[in-house]
Amino acid sequence: MSSGDSGETDLAVLESTGDEGERELPILITGICGRLGKSVARRLHRTRTVVGVDRRPFPDKPKDIVHHQLDLRRKKIRDVLKSTRFGAVIHLGVLHDPRASAAEHHSWNVSGFAKLLEYVDLFGVKKLIVLSSANVYGPQPDNAQFLAEEAPLLGGQNFSEIRDLIEVDMHAQSFFWKHPETETVILRPVHILGNVKNAPSNFLRLPTVPTAMGFDPMVQVIHQEDVVHAIQLALRPGLRGIFNVAGPEPLPLSRIIKLLGRGHLPIPLSLGTMVMKRLWSMRLTSFPPPELDHIRYVCMVDDKRAREVLGFSPLHTIEETVRAVEDGAW
Amino acid sequence: MTAIRSPGRNAGGKIGRETDTAFSIAGSCGDGGLTCASRVGTSDPVDSPPNRALERAVTARSVVGSLVRGLQSRAQRAVDEARVGASAWVTKALGDDVEERMKRVPVALGQAGVDPFGLDPKWTKWALTSAGFLHRHYFRTEVFGAENLPKGRVILVSNHSGQLPIDGALIGAAMFMDVEPPRFIRAMVEKWTQTLPFVSLLFSRVGQVVGVPENARRLLEQDEALLVFPEGVRGITKTYEQRYQLTEFGLGFMRLAMATKSPIVPVAVIGGEEQYISVANLTGVAKALGLPAFPILPQLLIPGGQLPLPTRYRIYFGEPLHFDGDPDDDDSVIEEKVWLVKATVQAMVNRGVKARSHVFW
Repeated sequence: MSSGDSGETDLAVLESTGDEGERELPILITGICGRLGKSVARRLHRTRTVVGVDRRPFPDKPKDIVHHQLDLRRKKIRDVLKSTRFGAVIHLGVLHDPRASAAEHHSWNVSGFAKLLEYVDLFGVKKLIVLSSANVYGPQPDNAQFLAEEAPLLGGQNFSEIRDLIEVDMHAQSFFWKHPETETVILRPVHILGNVKNAPSNFLRLPTVPTAMGFDPMVQVIHQEDVVHAIQLALRPGLRGIFNVAGPEPLPLSRIIKLLGRGHLPIPLSLGTMVMKRLWSMRLTSFPPPELDHIRYVCMVDDKRAREVLGFSPLHTIEETVRAVEDGAW
Repeated sequence: MTAIRSPGRNAGGKIGRETDTAFSIAGSCGDGGLTCASRVGTSDPVDSPPNRALERAVTARSVVGSLVRGLQSRAQRAVDEARVGASAWVTKALGDDVEERMKRVPVALGQAGVDPFGLDPKWTKWALTSAGFLHRHYFRTEVFGAENLPKGRVILVSNHSGQLPIDGALIGAAMFMDVEPPRFIRAMVEKWTQTLPFVSLLFSRVGQVVGVPENARRLLEQDEALLVFPEGVRGITKTYEQRYQLTEFGLGFMRLAMATKSPIVPVAVIGGEEQYISVANLTGVAKALGLPAFPILPQLLIPGGQLPLPTRYRIYFGEPLHFDGDPDDDDSVIEEKVWLVKATVQAMVNRGVKARSHVFW
């Protein structure tokens, strides 16, 4: 905690006198075709020029958004960054598909991101925003109730499949220190709820939500649009640093399920783990067994810095946030 | 409770929320159960399945369903009757001011009715009334110096004894029942307890948090009362011949007190050392079994000796001590201050032991 205070001064806002022109430069968004990417693009495209990169198509994109359907690992990314002078790069293009192979994950998340960082540095992009996640801390029995940004990233300890996501965070951190001329912002939001297709939203969309019998950890959730809001705030010139981003005040998992009006089914953990392993190996579930730790242990963050430095506070109440998963029910 | 709630979900959910108005609960629950059952019964003819086999299957299912629901509503009623009985019993055993004191506890509850660490006053009430029963009727605790407790943040530093942490529960009960304003005591629990189902849930809901320094600091910044046993396991596993001799104190609490500018209230608990008489602690066996201690308690062989002996507890709250200085100072500097606290607690313990006329009354 004490190191947290010193870190804060190091990473504090350096209100640059940045010329107004910088502010109007276009923004590059990787992974623009994800649900979150689309939200960010829709929020930004009216005031800024938005360029998107994604290997998926962007069928219903607003007319003023330029979309390059490209794989992040392709050399062509270089041309995109070379041809236009970007004011900011927002990296949302992190692959986290529990079914994809480790090699695919690694080449996409680590090699692809390393290339992107290289070009950000090469072409002098002023701002880099990386969307990491509070999951990098990992749910552990000995976690402090609220983890500060300085807490070790132990998420991969029991869940090796997310090591490459931790690596992305680490890469961004080293870039932060090595290249002070680029304002690097790393956002670590808690469980994002909305029409996004991530594990926590999918979990809460289950008709009957299974819980671990005898466990009811406190959890933090955040509305998808609040994450977009945080990204928007992070674009502010002069702002840099690592920020935990949390939504409304934490609740026990059972209360969140109750807010949704769903039933929950407490399952003894040993049985649950066994069933999950079996289902996973038969490809009947999209939840890898180690994710059970999230319904067992706390993994909550201290978002003091985001509130004070980034000026972030959630705009959605807990009810709105939890209900948002129903938007994506289709 | 969850097992009962899951099928008659809506009715159960409502009940869970209003534990206070016990009588209305019993009524509303019964109704909920009945309406559920009748709805299942009437829904069959409306469906008019085309196929007879299907019809039979549906009827069979509805019969089973209504049976299950009937049983459930009965079980739910039994639970609620038990709850009503329990709260009447609590009033009889502990006086009728428990509810009133609950309302006056300063606690930082969010809109969901839990604090950021998961403390839920409803759970805490039951934990405190159980501890309160031991406090008033089993151990007949005498509390001295309750007026010494400051209102805001405070660290209680106590001697630790008795093989089982009953001393902690009784300090908690005393802080709720005998101190003005009533307080919920927050203590730190071992990390491994978080891996146990139900135990981790209970600890969290009654305000016991994982023992890491960040949590302690945050609790004090919330102006809570934090209970610390600086002796730790060394203290609680003392054998009978070492009774009331404090073992080595850890330093963490002092750094914490200085960092958060919290007063330290020394606490002496008398009576714990005689509840389980330990003739030896086999550390080798404990290590082999991965246990914190392996005490030899001859009383366990006597029928009824598994319960702690009903010694009379005496809890002394000393005057608050204030410490200033750099919390990151050298151990030697901190040790001096810790020694002062330890000497105070030891002196209070010695005085308390001398003052009592008998172990059991």
